Amino acid sequence: MDLREKLKGELIEQLNLEDITPADIDSSAPLFGEGLGLDSIDALEIIVLLEKEYGIKISNPADGKDAMQSIDSLAAFIEKNRK
Amino acid sequence: MQGANSEKILISGIGLISAIGSNVQECLEALSSGRTGIVRAQFLQTRHKDEFMLGEVKLSNEQLFDILAISEEDRIRHTRTSLLALSAGREALLDAGFKPGDFGGRRIGIISATTIGGMDKSENSYPTRDLASGFVQTHPSGDSTDKLGEYLGIDAYRSTLSTACSSAANAIMHGARLIHHGYLDAVLVGGVDPLSRFTLNGFNALMILDREWCCPFDQNRRGLNLGEGAGFIVIEKESSVKERAAKSYCSLAGYANANDAYHQTASSPDGEGAFMSMSKALEMSGLRPDEIDYINVHGTGTSNNDLSEGLALKRVFGDTLPPFSSTKAFTGHTLGAAAGVEAVISILAIEHGLIFPNLNFSEPIVEFGVAPVTKLISRPVRTVLSNSFGFGGNNSTLVFSR
Amino acid sequence: MLCDGKEVLYLPGEDFPSFAKTLYKESGAEYPKFYKMSDMCKLGFLAAEFLLKDLDEVKVADPDQKALVLGCRASSLHADIEYSRTMNDIPSPALFVYTLANIVSGEIAIRHCFRGEELMLVQDGPESREHENYLKVLMAEGKTKFCISGFVDYDENGNYIAELSLIKKK
Repeated sequence: MDLREKLKGELIEQLNLEDITPADIDSSAPLFGEGLGLDSIDALEIIVLLEKEYGIKISNPADGKDAMQSIDSLAAFIEKNRK
Repeated sequence: MQGANSEKILISGIGLISAIGSNVQECLEALSSGRTGIVRAQFLQTRHKDEFMLGEVKLSNEQLFDILAISEEDRIRHTRTSLLALSAGREALLDAGFKPGDFGGRRIGIISATTIGGMDKSENSYPTRDLASGFVQTHPSGDSTDKLGEYLGIDAYRSTLSTACSSAANAIMHGARLIHHGYLDAVLVGGVDPLSRFTLNGFNALMILDREWCCPFDQNRRGLNLGEGAGFIVIEKESSVKERAAKSYCSLAGYANANDAYHQTASSPDGEGAFMSMSKALEMSGLRPDEIDYINVHGTGTSNNDLSEGLALKRVFGDTLPPFSSTKAFTGHTLGAAAGVEAVISILAIEHGLIFPNLNFSEPIVEFGVAPVTKLISRPVRTVLSNSFGFGGNNSTLVFSR
Repeated sequence: MLCDGKEVLYLPGEDFPSFAKTLYKESGAEYPKFYKMSDMCKLGFLAAEFLLKDLDEVKVADPDQKALVLGCRASSLHADIEYSRTMNDIPSPALFVYTLANIVSGEIAIRHCFRGEELMLVQDGPESREHENYLKVLMAEGKTKFCISGFVDYDENGNYIAELSLIKKK
């Protein structure tokens, strides 16, 4: 399965985005602010997801900021750093 | 219900146990000599032992049992929480000149606060369902309050509340209101929390812990250090204090609570909740902002709190911002106990004419632009404003005055 | 779920998570953050949602004059247990956020813009002399116009109850 599609499913599950399906998420749309309207706690949960699923450890929330702009940037970050 | 009276509410006793001392005197000495109590944990068993520094009380449970003279059979009924509460609660009551159970016909109550109750025991006993440890009975938040009541002979009125890091301030407010409205003559009020893996791991998951010593109100602050302890005061109506010819430290001149209504764990960027609690507490006290001699800020050292609180301070005090400091670099953030611990510290500032330093400070927050007090100052302190802000947007402020 | 004595929804045998979901849809609320809440917070949120439905005078009132005085018995025990399970692996920040008794008040306050006082008392049950006294004192002080008062409890076995009233100062 395409990493982007996998990520969408994982985000929906991890962040309790109940009324949303992968089809609703645009890969290039912002995840925070508008778009999915995620907040700071969601960002921390994504950091947990990155460690649990992809073995990537982020110790400082600021480091993850760029990676978490969108599904596209998250996928690119994972591809670059995954163990 | 009787009508509200306008009698002053005085503080007739104080009690404290924290990382910097097992009683008020020890804590005062540490505060005066700039000696922090935040070090690597000695008693808490955690895989993060070498990663974080904590404000741990420097007594083991066994030592606390001995100091409090708790019988062998009784020990199973206790948690570190109840031991800490008893230590500070008893000190405050005795300091007020009361003997346990002997109040001369006065109506006395206890309002205590905690965030995790007996979690220190539960987290060790629950995984293996070790019922013999008694953790089911000691886990609830009200247990340490009941223990206080039992040991100090106070059973007329006991209440426990839990509003995160502002808990103890709300306990103090609650007690004051009961006195104002004629329900009680004196109340033992404050809060307690022990260290636990539960809390340490949780705060670590929120990524708001500092791996080094926290630096409140510093531009490069990295987060908070957790602490444990208990801070209790006896608040009493003036006529009762006079009748007993007891001493008093100062009065509780004002208090307020407001909800930020912004986020479960973060404060609003403009510090609205903090602004409201400070403004209302000042209004109640009848003091002008420029009449406050010292502010003991909440100042946890997190990116969010210190900026939000700083901006709120500016809004309330403008150009007349008094000397301020966070004492959390001494004690750590003691959560449910924090407002009680810091109430005692605020009262000590008034009693001894001391403004305690904000440790580990280098440069002011850019958007705020003001530095806290960094060296001990010796000068008359007549009025102190103390802030405590909790998760759930619960913001409380207390004003003490002599 | 009863509102002013009238039945809103009755789903016997349904577990809380699915009951809550149905009730949420029934309420017509558009509030995706609902799904992230702990069961105790969902419980309090839903009770408040129906309590305040159609009460425009509360909506337009000054936020500073809207207060919350709640009580609970089990505190956040259910959420604590859920969070503690994750401590064995990677502790979950989203679950930890809910391990405090008063977060439910915070959620209600955020949703309905209640910026007045907020208190969470730990009580033996819905009836509490201390709670009653506190309420009388709060309302007598005159700064509060509306107060949501009640009991929200969700224990470790999934037993739950929420009873909320809206008190208005004349």
